[in-house]
Amino acid sequence: MNPDISNSTASPAIRLSGVTKTFGAINAVDNLDLDIAQGEFFSMLGPSGSGKTTVLRLIAGFEQPTSGTIELMGRDVTRNAPFDRDVNTVFQDYALFPHMSVLENVAYGLRVRGVKKTERLARANEALEGVRLGSFGKRKPSELSGGQRQRVALARATVVKPTVLLLDEPLGALDLKLREQMQVELKELQRSLGITFIFVTHDQEEALTLSDRIAVFNDGKIIQLGTPSEIYQRPTSSFVAAFVGTSNIFDDAHSRSILGTGGTNSVRPERITLREIPTAGHTGSSAAGNSAVGTIAEVIYVGTATRIIVDLDAGPRITVLEQNSASENSETAKDRRGERVHAEWPTAAIVPLEVAASQ
Amino acid sequence: MSTESAEKMTNGSSHRASVFLHNHVRVRLALLLSAPLFWLVLVYIAALVALLVTAFWTVDSFTGIVRTDWTLDNVITVLTGSLYQAVTLRTVGIALLVTVVDIVIALPIAFFMAKVASARLQRVLVIAVLMPLWASYLVKAYAWRSVLSHDGIFQWIVQPFGGNTPGYGLPGAIIALSYLWLPYVILPIYAGLERVPNSLLEASGDLGASTWRTLRLIVLPLLWPAIIAGSIFSFSLTLGDYITINIVGGANQMLGNLVFTNVGAANNLPLASAIALIPILIIFVYLTVVRRTGALNSL
Repeated sequence: MNPDISNSTASPAIRLSGVTKTFGAINAVDNLDLDIAQGEFFSMLGPSGSGKTTVLRLIAGFEQPTSGTIELMGRDVTRNAPFDRDVNTVFQDYALFPHMSVLENVAYGLRVRGVKKTERLARANEALEGVRLGSFGKRKPSELSGGQRQRVALARATVVKPTVLLLDEPLGALDLKLREQMQVELKELQRSLGITFIFVTHDQEEALTLSDRIAVFNDGKIIQLGTPSEIYQRPTSSFVAAFVGTSNIFDDAHSRSILGTGGTNSVRPERITLREIPTAGHTGSSAAGNSAVGTIAEVIYVGTATRIIVDLDAGPRITVLEQNSASENSETAKDRRGERVHAEWPTAAIVPLEVAASQ
Repeated sequence: MSTESAEKMTNGSSHRASVFLHNHVRVRLALLLSAPLFWLVLVYIAALVALLVTAFWTVDSFTGIVRTDWTLDNVITVLTGSLYQAVTLRTVGIALLVTVVDIVIALPIAFFMAKVASARLQRVLVIAVLMPLWASYLVKAYAWRSVLSHDGIFQWIVQPFGGNTPGYGLPGAIIALSYLWLPYVILPIYAGLERVPNSLLEASGDLGASTWRTLRLIVLPLLWPAIIAGSIFSFSLTLGDYITINIVGGANQMLGNLVFTNVGAANNLPLASAIALIPILIIFVYLTVVRRTGALNSL
């Protein structure tokens, strides 16, 4: 029908070009370029103050960029008001209207778009049933639990069928069990709606679990952009290696003496195995660069695994993660402090990092 | 443990008193509330009851001394006399107009203070709103007399546009009273707006509502109790006022003026008390109506 259509399906859902946002003297977002594809589950991960929420608010239209442009499906929306963008937000505090019933909350977006009352209530009911809250329509938001409010906020934002759904740390206020359950629901919702989700979180595990791609933010910049496995397996900076999961980071000197290679390097704790050194004889020493000798300093039982802190003779203290098998008796773990061990790792586990300062 | 026992030794009696109060909740409550309750009962309720009772007494027309003969004459006079009816209607009309004017002016000012201004400007504006309260009521009323006079600032400003000062009369009184009570209306509305999280306004815009619809569908309903609180101030303060109308209201009288002349010039305290019952009754009706709307529940 329209020659533009073929173009717009090819264009990314969101394109940020040279976006900078300053608050006073602080660069909250620093010259950011980012494309987010249609139908993608995209996470922005970073510590608080890293600029990830500001990027979300810029996309939503709550803030105006100091410079740069924001495109939505190939259309420049940089100067458009929030109500003039096909983007909806799930707020961190849910932002449900306290004077309206749950059903009225969900129907609000349709109401201000001028959808007839019977139709909007029917669609709102449908959306509530979609989040398994069909019988809660008459209640006030204050009468719901945190998880239920969360689902109402989701229904309210998705009932108007946006192109992009923005989620600002939506699971932050929920307890662990509920959070894990909501993660599954979010993933399913995103698949069934087929729209782009942009998810802001400071929880690296959440980002790894949910996302198609992750952008790791620090100081208003994207430090690394990639799939969850790329981010986790191949961090390119010590910041990412330390922020996403736990890493043993070796500086240049220790890399040379222990790993047998230069530069800063990282080894994930679960890639290291410990082997007891028999007190009698010194047998089976490993190849240089793939092992080191140390003393167990601390043993921490974490349920599915045991975290073991080892002081290497060469200097650094490393963390090793051992999966707990059912046959093993965890009670004996405490007795291992002071034990002399060989720490071993495959060469493939050594991930060279760019020094953070060069980024 | 050792420091605790040391304190027990030195402050034995006060410690025992603390323990006693801790275990006797009712005694604690009685001690805590006795002073304010005494004040409330004696100074507030007793004075009000005395006023109500006086309305049903008479004045000896010869000596001018209040006699404790029970009668309904004063109340009947006030309810049926055409003068009292006219003044009551005028007073309620002025009070309603002043309230509406104050709310209309206070809403945008409070909104700017709570949601637009920077933290610094916000503090400056709160002080600016409170500042007129530091000046004497009389000085402010006389200031308006000078502003509204025929060679005053008002005339000077509107004359080039073909306008004229309203001079001294009901419009002047409404302007001056609106000015006097404005801080009392701005502050509760400002406090109410402060309690409305910004995310609600953002959520409304995010869902497609224009600024105007957000104000109408989200801000106003949430602000309703605060507006009612402000209106109670401006409405009741206007009902009881009699000085401003004297200074800028020309020959017009309000209920307060009738009370004043009956206490002073006419020396008829029972009639004055009967007149004073009218604003009490009106406020009572007003609060009942407001309560019906549910606005007081969240105060």
